[in-house]
Amino acid sequence: MAQVTFREDICKGCGLCIDVCPKHIIQFSERLNTKGYHSATVPDGDMEKCIACTFCAMMCPDVAIEVVP
Amino acid sequence: MPITFTKPRGLTDAPTHYCPGCTHGIVHRLVAEVLEELGVLDKAIGVAPVGCSVLAFEYFACDVFEAAHGRAPAVATGVKRAKPDSVVFTYQGDGDLAAIGTAEIVHAATRGEKITTVFVNNAIYGMTGGQMAPTTLPGQVTETSPYGRDTNIAGFPIRVSEMISTLDGAAYVERVSVDSVKNVLKAKMAIKRAFECQIEGIGFSLVEVLSICPTNWGLSPQESMDWLRDHMLPYYPLGVKKDKTKESE
Repeated sequence: MAQVTFREDICKGCGLCIDVCPKHIIQFSERLNTKGYHSATVPDGDMEKCIACTFCAMMCPDVAIEVVP
Repeated sequence: MPITFTKPRGLTDAPTHYCPGCTHGIVHRLVAEVLEELGVLDKAIGVAPVGCSVLAFEYFACDVFEAAHGRAPAVATGVKRAKPDSVVFTYQGDGDLAAIGTAEIVHAATRGEKITTVFVNNAIYGMTGGQMAPTTLPGQVTETSPYGRDTNIAGFPIRVSEMISTLDGAAYVERVSVDSVKNVLKAKMAIKRAFECQIEGIGFSLVEVLSICPTNWGLSPQESMDWLRDHMLPYYPLGVKKDKTKESE
């Protein structure tokens, strides 16, 4: 199963990954990270929809996303 | 399990100081990936500018010089001539390259220095708080043009890529954008081509990357991407402006 990992404390909550996700599974976390931003995250259960296209990671300005197929 | 996407070796672990949504981070990553893929990370020497990307030396995992404002191409000229085997690049913004550093970039290009310049154009001065830059679009509102850039007073924006492409020393000039995944991939190909041009010793190469500045444009990152597409792309058309690499084949 494809897996997207967000380094939540690096994320600045810009939302560029949310815009480009073709499966629309990324959303802002309700928690604040150590920087004070709502980081991007994939809710439990939605990860199985991920197709490992890496679009989110390619648009992430902070290289906070890692993708494994 | 193989990793499909992870942070390139060319970037350090330091978190960047850029504002949320600033595309400097994307361009940093593209440069780092290209250096890694070309296998030149060990002999790459960057020259950082003054501007938002002034701290680029913290983020690139290669040797990086810090140049005086606008003088990155002059410093890079010295580095490349002293160490011809190294791969030298400058990373400059529009306030650095197109304003105070216009002389340096034009003359480095016309001398055909075998360096690569990554030019990030976001049509505004970012670090100093959003003043009008030479690349600010006509009518664009900035801190110092609150009624929009008046071309009767402030003149017209400079199309740097077109200007540099007229010089005989310039070997490869392309303008790209990072507003979408497709354009990010194209930007990476352009940056790779530019570095190959240097490694093959063909001449000066420049890649202009249209970028966003959500903080100083006063827009969200998403709105900024739309603004870039709607306003910047018509004035700054994308594409290869000059390619001597094909002529030399």
